[in-house]
Amino acid sequence: MSSSRGRDEGRRDDRGPQDRDRDRDRDRDRDRGGRRFVRARKSCKFCADRIDYIDYKDMRLIGPYIPERGKVLPRRISGTCSPHQRMLASAIKRARNAALLPFLTD
Amino acid sequence: MRVYEILFIIAPNVEETDVEALVTQFSEVATNQGARVTKVDRMGRRRLAYPIQKFKDGHYVVLTIEGTGAEIAEIERRMRVTDAIIRHLSVRIDEDLKRAEKFRTRRAAHSRAGRAAAALGSQSAAGESNAEEEE
Repeated sequence: MSSSRGRDEGRRDDRGPQDRDRDRDRDRDRDRGGRRFVRARKSCKFCADRIDYIDYKDMRLIGPYIPERGKVLPRRISGTCSPHQRMLASAIKRARNAALLPFLTD
Repeated sequence: MRVYEILFIIAPNVEETDVEALVTQFSEVATNQGARVTKVDRMGRRRLAYPIQKFKDGHYVVLTIEGTGAEIAEIERRMRVTDAIIRHLSVRIDEDLKRAEKFRTRRAAHSRAGRAAAALGSQSAAGESNAEEEE
């Protein structure tokens, strides 16, 4: 039992409970074939700006999350947290019904 | 009591005065049904993101209504039969607003607790230098 732990610590020497995020990044990198650089974690803009409710009429707020094609910008690109992404998605869907946003753009 | 937001789009060929008439007409429908109109937001003439009934723009109006929820059915029914209204969308917002309020109060409590802890910490460190911080 202690032998497996020791081996693990030997390979990843600076492992510490305080750097869960960095650890997770590294695990993911290793799964993808051992790239060693760590990208800075993206953060949720809505959390940073303390936005509690995303109004579907507020185009200034949701505009940056609509790419060219009129889709919803995925979380893995924007870094939005899960509750805010849910709010954002429903706001975009409402805005589409109100003809404030397109359903599709060619 | 439930809070609803009713957005509707009036066709662009309707005169400005008739737009006003429609807005007051639907506010009256709401009040007659026992609801309270708390806000009327005329967003004005806007371009539509896609054509609706071959119209390319329309007058946007948002009514905020407080009521039981039964009046929404009547308002929507009337909007459906009114030809000048090319689109309508009702959204219940009281639950979302309540949630937003909860977040705000929790954040306020949190920051107050943080400030109190900071004040305590600096008080023990230095006596009267942080007197203006507490105000």
